[in-house]
Amino acid sequence: MIFKTIDKKDFNKFLEILIENNSFFAPQKIAKDKNNKPIYDLRLVNDFKEIDFNYDILKYPPRRFFLPYREAISSFEIKNSSWQQNINYETKVPRILLGLHPCDINSLNKLDKVLMLGDYPSPYYTIRRKNTFIIGMDCDPKPFCFCRSVGTHTVQHGCDMFLIDIGDRYFIEIFSNVAFDFLKKVTTKDITKKDDDEYKRIRRLKAEKFTAKIDVTDLTKILDMEFQSDVWKEWGDKCLGCGSCARVCPTCYCYGIEEKIDLKFQQAEKLKILHACTLIDFAEVAGGFNFRPERHIRLKYRYYHKHRGFVEAYEESLCVGCGRCGEACLAGITVPEVISSIRE
Amino acid sequence: MQYLGVELIKPKAAFFDFSCCEGCQLQIANNENKLLDFISLVEVVNFREILTERNNDYDIAFIEGSITRKDEIDRLKKIREKAKILVAFGTCASFGGINKLKNKFKDIEWVKKEVYGNCPIETNDKVMAVNEVVKVDFYIYGCPVNKSEVEAIVQSIALGREFRYLKHPVCFRCKEKQNICLYEMGKICMGPLTRAGCGARCPSNGNSCIGCRGPAEEPNIEFMKTIMIKNGFTERQIRDKFELFSAFKE
Ligand code: SF4
Ligand code: SF4
Ligand code: SF4
Ligand code: SF4
Ligand code: SF4
Repeated sequence: MIFKTIDKKDFNKFLEILIENNSFFAPQKIAKDKNNKPIYDLRLVNDFKEIDFNYDILKYPPRRFFLPYREAISSFEIKNSSWQQNINYETKVPRILLGLHPCDINSLNKLDKVLMLGDYPSPYYTIRRKNTFIIGMDCDPKPFCFCRSVGTHTVQHGCDMFLIDIGDRYFIEIFSNVAFDFLKKVTTKDITKKDDDEYKRIRRLKAEKFTAKIDVTDLTKILDMEFQSDVWKEWGDKCLGCGSCARVCPTCYCYGIEEKIDLKFQQAEKLKILHACTLIDFAEVAGGFNFRPERHIRLKYRYYHKHRGFVEAYEESLCVGCGRCGEACLAGITVPEVISSIRE
Repeated sequence: MQYLGVELIKPKAAFFDFSCCEGCQLQIANNENKLLDFISLVEVVNFREILTERNNDYDIAFIEGSITRKDEIDRLKKIREKAKILVAFGTCASFGGINKLKNKFKDIEWVKKEVYGNCPIETNDKVMAVNEVVKVDFYIYGCPVNKSEVEAIVQSIALGREFRYLKHPVCFRCKEKQNICLYEMGKICMGPLTRAGCGARCPSNGNSCIGCRGPAEEPNIEFMKTIMIKNGFTERQIRDKFELFSAFKE
């Protein structure tokens, strides 16, 4: 990896160049909550002045840029009794995302393992992943962040460059050739001993800020043993079966397929729609049989996929500890609380 | 008309309005660019908002509105005898809807006087949903119904295949639209209990879901009430939301 620093004014110049030539998404204030606290998310920007660098977290995960909530995976022209299928992999202009935190970058690395590097790679996902330039940014842990417990608080790969704010300049970790070449357009500096020290100091400070955590020691085995635990029932009594958790999760990738025909019966579309394992109709099959009719069992399986099944298959958790599911859950079901209730 | 070599079923459909605002029929009638395609799927023999002729030979009867008068009961029973399939069309027909708020009052004479003044009015003391009078084969929820859902349902009929309702709550679609949850904005919302299928229309426009499509399947009403109270809403505010369409069991 190559390290550089860049003055903030040079970085703005760098952004100007990128914004001018690409479709560029960056953090913006999108709303205020009831306590007047601003809420941020990625939005298309046309000028670097529109970017809000004070953002804390991105409300919705960047997963949607790669794995949209809903997409037509093919369309059909129907004529009499024959039909023609059209498949269109998205080959739009390259996209740039600025401001992904380590949890979100690692979430993409996990999705890569399933959707790009697995036995059945998805061309839809792969083309978007390859066509997206990612500028990661360091963050300040929030009370619900527990990425450190699952090892996703640092970035080893998965983005093109990663920025750490060290006052009047950024410390840059350069991951890709593309980023290296892009950066030639502006002035960057080699790192000095001072930068090095500042980097380490900031890293130490960040590590101290984490408050939420989960204990993953032997978690797969404990989950195995607690499969029949009454604790699941207690959480199930609270769960609303609303699927908000899966909607805001950066790593949920389960989907359903729906076919839509136009009213003239001349055109049809096959839609892929991200689903959620906590919904009552998630495991319902043709004929109406439901494999998971009980709320607590559905909720349990969400945890088993994240913290057991995926770990067994990939030796890492599918949860990146972003805490979004707990924040979005009206019933107050959070990963740290569920995991500790199972361990007790 | 054929689809992939299979002849489509083209049933004769009739629309009947009972006590309601006729907004559900209007959803079909004002969908101008698709109306012709829609009526090519079914042979519409009776539809006051778009047809002048009437014909009483039909397979499917779409019943709009709730049942509030004696003559409506008789008329509905006659329709039931003729129809092969009877559809409760919209929330008034499915649950009683707004009209059914009347049933909450103890003094029905007071209600009549308050609403109709001194005009003579013939109305039953209790408002009924269609299934309180006759057997209903199929429900289309919503106040008003969602056009694209109605189209999908009629299309399923034409194809002779089963239509599958969404069984989960509105929140799921609301989050798909990347809305900020109204509870974060300090507003109450029935989304976690209400059946999806409207595209989370209200929360996507900053308004509370008021539960017009009735309950999702197996809604967690009990704990949702606790959540509403925890969020600072009063019993009264909560009851208003639950009772508006008479769709939720208490
Ligand atoms: S979960 Fe970790 S990486 Fe994500 S925002 Fe919080 S501290 Fe940053
Ligand atoms: S855990 Fe929370 S967010 Fe997820 S389905 Fe249950 S109530 Fe909804
Ligand atoms: S399960 Fe929850 S905490 Fe874990 S990655 Fe998904 S949203 Fe984040
Ligand atoms: S605004 Fe309403 S429908 Fe949307 S997520 Fe919140 S509670 Fe659910
Ligand atoms: S959001 Fe709620 S009130 Fe609004 S249309 Fe949908 S179900 Fe009806």
